[in-house]
Amino acid sequence: MKAREIIRNGLWDQNVVLAQILGMCPTMALTSSASNGLGMGLATTAVLVVSNMAVSSVRKVVTEQVRIPVFIAIIATIVTLVDMSLNAWMHELYKVLGLYIALIVANCAILGRAEAFACKNGVVDSALDGLFMGLGFTAVLTTIGIVREVVGSGTVFSQASLLLGPHFAFLETTVIPGYGGTLMMILPPGGFLTLGLLLAVKKRIEIRQRNAGVAVVSVPSHCGA
Amino acid sequence: MNVATLREGISYQGGLLALFSTVTAAALVIAAVYTSPAIHVAEQHDLETSLAQVLPQGYNDNNLLQDVVHVKDADGVDVEVHRASKAGALKAAVFTTSSSGYAGPIVILVGISRDGVVQGVRVLRHNETPGLGDKIDEAKTNWIHAFEGKALATAKWLVKKDGGDFDQFAGATITPRAVVKAVKEALEFHQAHLDAIYASK
Repeated sequence: MKAREIIRNGLWDQNVVLAQILGMCPTMALTSSASNGLGMGLATTAVLVVSNMAVSSVRKVVTEQVRIPVFIAIIATIVTLVDMSLNAWMHELYKVLGLYIALIVANCAILGRAEAFACKNGVVDSALDGLFMGLGFTAVLTTIGIVREVVGSGTVFSQASLLLGPHFAFLETTVIPGYGGTLMMILPPGGFLTLGLLLAVKKRIEIRQRNAGVAVVSVPSHCGA
Repeated sequence: MNVATLREGISYQGGLLALFSTVTAAALVIAAVYTSPAIHVAEQHDLETSLAQVLPQGYNDNNLLQDVVHVKDADGVDVEVHRASKAGALKAAVFTTSSSGYAGPIVILVGISRDGVVQGVRVLRHNETPGLGDKIDEAKTNWIHAFEGKALATAKWLVKKDGGDFDQFAGATITPRAVVKAVKEALEFHQAHLDAIYASK
């Protein structure tokens, strides 16, 4: 598969959230602010790259019948290793991301990519797929986070410096000063509403493209073994 | 027997699972051994900084983690009290307490000087409504600093709505009420157990 296609699939055509509708748990729970969405997205991307490479490198040894438990063991181990090393050596970052890391195991997008891509492709392609699937996921989570944060509390990227270090304090902006906040956008309904709107926007762009004669590529997302 | 038929056999599958379980388990054990000392140090450091937050800077010269007494409260629950001292003289007590907020328990850490004055309060854990009740968190507003310098006798330990000295939030009264109650109970506990807390070891 060509690199361009992999990149395009990850960011748009087969986007984890907008096309595959996977990873809904973090998408709803961790997008109440842009910083949270960004943090979860980046942590997931790191795990996705490593797990895709690991699954791809053992794909010839693992048989179809036992692949699911093997992949799950690999993914859970990687997540736990990331969790422990962050806690030990990057403790300040861990205090911000710690809550999310353990949740990554439950993100079916990771197993989804192992199944749909890494078990059928080479290590380099799989790493690329993991990277861009992860970046696509990060982009959507951050977008939902920005929308919910602006409407919900009138700020963008508040506490970004906790996540990315003091150099990124400039990201923290108050969009609407003296704004009382819209609680509903911070609570779970805000997540569903924003996701629904994003899905509608993506659909609309695709319909426009189709009407304009651009072929919309559809790649089956399941492991047709 | 060729490789293809071998792969289909139950022993290959079982062996494969066993192999992967062993490898992943071994990786976790090795990582745990390597990371646990660093994690322990980091957590102790965390605890020390959070304990120090509720005392003014330079207030004590001892390690709060090392000077600990256990005191039973009125309900017979064991409270771990960290004692602050300067030049050997015991000056203050730091301990955690909790009360029920709007959505589950609110756990707070209080620092109280020997003469019964609040030195500092921090909320350690809560599940209050984001945007309403979470203003008790020092990261959001400075409401929690209102307790500093107050003693049992020098303040009315109620929110303003109930005729006391402490602000409530628009739309959230239960949360600040619970925190005020928790701090007041901490002061009462401190007063009732002065002898036990400051007993020399």
